[in-house]
Amino acid sequence: MPPPPFPHHHLLGIESLTSEDIYRILDLAKSLGAPSEPKFSHVLKDRLIINLFLEGSTRTRTSFEIAERRLGAHIVNFDVESSSSKKGETLLDTALNLEATGADMMVIRHSAPGVPHFLSRHLGCHLINAGDGSHEHPTQALLDAYTLREHFGKIEGLRIAIVGDIRNSRVARSNAWLLTKLGAHVSLVAPPTLLPKELQTIWPEAQLTSDLDRILPHQDAFIMLRIQTERGTNTLIPTRKEYVEFYQMNSERFARALKTAVIMHPGPVNHGVELTSELFNDPRSLILKQVAFGVPIRMAVIQLLFASRTN
Amino acid sequence: MNALLLKNAHLIDPSQGHDGITDILIENGYVAELGPTLHQHPSSANARLIDVASQWVLPGLIDLHVHFREPGHTRKETIATGSRAAVAGGFTSVCAMANTSPVNDSVKITKLMMEKAESADLARYFPIGGVSMGLKGEELADLGLLKQTGCVAFSDDGFPIMNAGLMKRALSYSEHLGVPIVAHEEDLNLSNRGYVHEGEVSAALGCLGIPSSAEEIMVARDIILAEETGGHLHVAHVSTSGSLELIRRAKSRGIHVTCEVTPHHFALSDKELLKFDTNYKMSPPLRTQKDIESIMEALVDGTIDAIATDHAPHGLQDKNIPLPLAAFGVIGLETALPLSIHLLVHSKVITRMRLIELMTSGPARVFNLDRMNLGTLKKGSPADFVIVDSDKKIKVSMDFIKSKSANTPFIGWELPGHIKSTWVRGSKVWGVSEA
Repeated sequence: MPPPPFPHHHLLGIESLTSEDIYRILDLAKSLGAPSEPKFSHVLKDRLIINLFLEGSTRTRTSFEIAERRLGAHIVNFDVESSSSKKGETLLDTALNLEATGADMMVIRHSAPGVPHFLSRHLGCHLINAGDGSHEHPTQALLDAYTLREHFGKIEGLRIAIVGDIRNSRVARSNAWLLTKLGAHVSLVAPPTLLPKELQTIWPEAQLTSDLDRILPHQDAFIMLRIQTERGTNTLIPTRKEYVEFYQMNSERFARALKTAVIMHPGPVNHGVELTSELFNDPRSLILKQVAFGVPIRMAVIQLLFASRTN
Repeated sequence: MNALLLKNAHLIDPSQGHDGITDILIENGYVAELGPTLHQHPSSANARLIDVASQWVLPGLIDLHVHFREPGHTRKETIATGSRAAVAGGFTSVCAMANTSPVNDSVKITKLMMEKAESADLARYFPIGGVSMGLKGEELADLGLLKQTGCVAFSDDGFPIMNAGLMKRALSYSEHLGVPIVAHEEDLNLSNRGYVHEGEVSAALGCLGIPSSAEEIMVARDIILAEETGGHLHVAHVSTSGSLELIRRAKSRGIHVTCEVTPHHFALSDKELLKFDTNYKMSPPLRTQKDIESIMEALVDGTIDAIATDHAPHGLQDKNIPLPLAAFGVIGLETALPLSIHLLVHSKVITRMRLIELMTSGPARVFNLDRMNLGTLKKGSPADFVIVDSDKKIKVSMDFIKSKSANTPFIGWELPGHIKSTWVRGSKVWGVSEA
């Protein structure tokens, strides 16, 4: 019997997925083979996918492009530089024009929260949110989950600290949704001005704290986040020196963590701020594995959306 | 003589404590007589007769807060189209904010606006002058000259007055001129580029928030300045529980403070933003359910003096864009009365008499329009009135909207309160049917 259709036309965020949806993506990604021995296919040979990146990206866009190529899709890349937005065209006009060229799917990154949701009310093609401001970055959370499952064999019951600029982080939000849905114990760790108290209402089971050292010895994984100076975070906290003192993951601090603990980071890393270069290269750092797993995860998401009921 | 007799009117007029059936005789644009059986009286023999058949007759509604965008942004609204929306919503008097382009900080612009309104010849139009030159919050505008020309209040609305010294000087002038200073209360250091209420929703959506404190701190500051100067502070579009508590206490201490709320602030909460629909983006932002409950209490206990729309038209190009970039504001003239009947009267929060007070004699008192006998249908006052079928449902559709812009989240809502006709100075300015 063929699998049931995937119940979503778009991937706008983790919030709207069930744990069943999430496991389905993770399982399909797994079946696509190890990233080092990729399987190429032509399942999307007649499909046109447009990567609409209106905010800077290296990892995510490259990862999507590789995933799309491995599925045999036609690809057009469209970014800030090539965009008519510089000539005053509105985002909606740009998107409608691109859809009119025959796009079957658009992968969108934008600096404003809710842009994929806004476009989804006007476009018929599939949409994947590749990061909308400080809101969500669902494929990052999915590849983080994949990485954790590969390493620990499961996600349920893991104790995971997300450390850094929680206020402005779409990675933090998507991960908090995903990890709480899958039964992990999440701690959100940040200086008080980067940790909105209301997040406690959204994820009642999560632990919010500004004291990294207190929770340090009890975590299985640390997802380190950078300070998002482009979103004005620098004015919300004191000096970099103080931040480093209390929130940087370095060898001295990591020595007080569980021996089995691992370090993750969605990139780009600001070496010497939230993470030292030494730990970036430590065997307990899964950062490059995260990048590698991004490809099968994105292949799985794309394939499932094309197999959705509404297609 | 031009005479009109409204027979079997259910007159609701808080200014004279009237809530019952009566006949109303109108002569030469003024209320000539009220009484239960005027239609049998010889004085009304020559009057044109309209049988209102027990529908509501209200003093024409008064809106203390509209943006008509003229001069400067006439693609969004003009004084003529805004006035049409006003009379379609039962408003016979509107007070228009100064944040046009150029702004209304001069006698010349005030005159221009009044001339435009006169040629539109629909609702009465009262300009609100800028508090500061260019609405820049630095130097006082010519408040005395503006009042002399016709401004009924002063406001930099759209921009908060961050300079406490300027606000104090404005309130001193208010005391001298007897004209209110209307304050858009927002501390820009606290709102800090925010565009939705700071709370659970902003935290979940990763949207920059405007905390309640951004409004409350400025309300507190201006109450202190109103007390110190004896000026009249009118707080525009109050949105938080804390602001209302501050105003309640100030009033009880005898400080000259009044305030208004908008229908959207008691109809909707910030939860509506969860779909990133820019029609829910306004300033101040939609707040929480708790704030809505506080507004309801303050409507009951008299803390709130008026319901005002903050009618703020924007085109698709201002609204059909990502949420952080979209313009703040919502239109409100056409839906204000139906929403209020639905949410306040039919839901038994306040009586119909209290609602009509909040939209007629209440606002008239705040801007001293009662001195012109507006907001009342007492004998001798101008015959500005509206006939409403309060039970008949209307559906808010694009067709229903008479404003030049349609930025409202209420499209699709079914509401009670069909505005049958609107009359100014005894002449019908809105409505197709006889009544």
